[in-house]
Amino acid sequence: MKKILVYLEQQKESLKRTSLEVITAARTIASNGNIPIVGVIINGNPNAIKVAGEYGLAKIINAKHTLLEKTSIMGFSNVAYQVAKSEDADVVIFAGNAAGMEIAPRVAVKMEAGYICDCVGLEFSDGNIVASKPVYAGKSMITAKIDSENKVFSLRPNVFTSSKSDTVVNCEINDFSPELTDKDFKDIVINVMKNEGKLDVLEADVIVSGGRGIKGPENYHLIETLANTLGGAVGASRAVVDAGWRPHAEQVGQTGKTVSPSLYIACGISGAVQHLAGMSTSKTIVAINKDKDAPIFKVTDYGIVGDLFDVLPKLNEKIKSILN
Amino acid sequence: MNILVCISRVPDTASRILVGSDGKNIDTQGIKFVVNPYDEFAIEEGLRLREKNGGTVTAIVVGTEASKDVLRTALAMGVDKAVLVKGKEPDDSFYVAKNLAEYAKGISPDLILLGRQSVDYDSRQMASALGELLGLPSISVVSKLTIENGKATAEKDIEGGKEVVEASLPCLISCQKGLNDPRYPKLPDIMKAKSKPIEEIVPIETQNKVTILGMSMPSKKRVGKILGAEDSDIDELVKLLHEEAKVI
Repeated sequence: MKKILVYLEQQKESLKRTSLEVITAARTIASNGNIPIVGVIINGNPNAIKVAGEYGLAKIINAKHTLLEKTSIMGFSNVAYQVAKSEDADVVIFAGNAAGMEIAPRVAVKMEAGYICDCVGLEFSDGNIVASKPVYAGKSMITAKIDSENKVFSLRPNVFTSSKSDTVVNCEINDFSPELTDKDFKDIVINVMKNEGKLDVLEADVIVSGGRGIKGPENYHLIETLANTLGGAVGASRAVVDAGWRPHAEQVGQTGKTVSPSLYIACGISGAVQHLAGMSTSKTIVAINKDKDAPIFKVTDYGIVGDLFDVLPKLNEKIKSILN
Repeated sequence: MNILVCISRVPDTASRILVGSDGKNIDTQGIKFVVNPYDEFAIEEGLRLREKNGGTVTAIVVGTEASKDVLRTALAMGVDKAVLVKGKEPDDSFYVAKNLAEYAKGISPDLILLGRQSVDYDSRQMASALGELLGLPSISVVSKLTIENGKATAEKDIEGGKEVVEASLPCLISCQKGLNDPRYPKLPDIMKAKSKPIEEIVPIETQNKVTILGMSMPSKKRVGKILGAEDSDIDELVKLLHEEAKVI
């Protein structure tokens, strides 16, 4: 392998957390394989670039072009490809967030590269990278390698840890002007609607989810209160979403979102296979359920067998007092 | 409107997955295969657009003889034409993308619809990969779609919200739950679909780019401490989360 390129995204005055995870993962591969590593950013601001240096990137390509004022998957894919080519990088690593999941396959096709998405592990072994990735929504796991010379990976958010480099790296910044025309911008973002004040399950470090046991949408405040106390997001089982009690954006499971927070609290969720698939990579799992035989207890770290209407308010108070 | 819907055949989501004897694939014994759940949104959206604008809807699958059952489901739902690229059991995404692209080039659809991901390998790459092979824009994970004046306007899920994206036609859309409510095929239509023709196409072979080394069951060990619901149990839980798991 000649060189690793990491695709970076900025948020406000820094890099997105997922980008830091990608740098850290790439750094490990780079040092084990003795491979140089370089980052690409679009319209990077000086602070974001400084952060990249703190995380050990010695070189950043800052792509600038008037057309890049617009957000476009096709446009951004072309930039990543051109940078990979000009840097002679044969490995490109993306964060597996919404944008990364759309850009990475395009870059792979352009580079005639094999692509492994949504990796939860990357290891340098025998001169190649071995990736592990959940399949069947996490019901099983595969390890795989890419045989083509060029290789593209995307990493599942929230799984890889990010850490600053031990040595302070002086980050070299090279401006790059990609060749772009309007034809590269056949898709353009025209509006962004943020769920104001509401944390998304994909971004949350703590998730409190409700299932059928919550009995009706009017009781969901119990879930919301605990989620608020923990600074976490509200999730839901498929039964709850299909019943119209909660929006689909909150659904965790095989036909909803796959999450891996530090703490997942399942309240009144029996634990159907397809729900377990979406949350089984969470670091710590807590379940509260009346039925001691509920399948959810087979995958939990800590379980409470009891009535959630009774347990949740008490648990909330207890956690509040310990947080203070 | 000429619409192509790309579908796949996957284990029912209620299936228990076990590793097969080769250690690289699942054990398919006793598994019920269905149309990929997200593809149902794609089929439904194709049918609705045809009802509104006229045209034809073609469903295509890259698979084996066994994949005909999902095409029959699509026919029962109401697609006009079913195409099977019949070869080996697909084991590489690039092989699937390449064969879909090849067929799409021949019929030049105005719109290509897919599920946001097939719930087996969960790769979420087909819309983008196919779009790139065809030089067309794609919008992924779409829960709202409007086609007007040669343009697609779509809402797609992003972290913490939605983005509204505009793309010129022809384009590809990967469909998310919430886009529509897929119809259930009616019994007479299911019967009729059984005798409808399915066009068979010989695949283009490609070099696999990815090799699966092994498959395993998730091995994360859980603490498995089950408590009651007394006040003391709740105290204990909070203590464990704070001191043992260190998550609060």
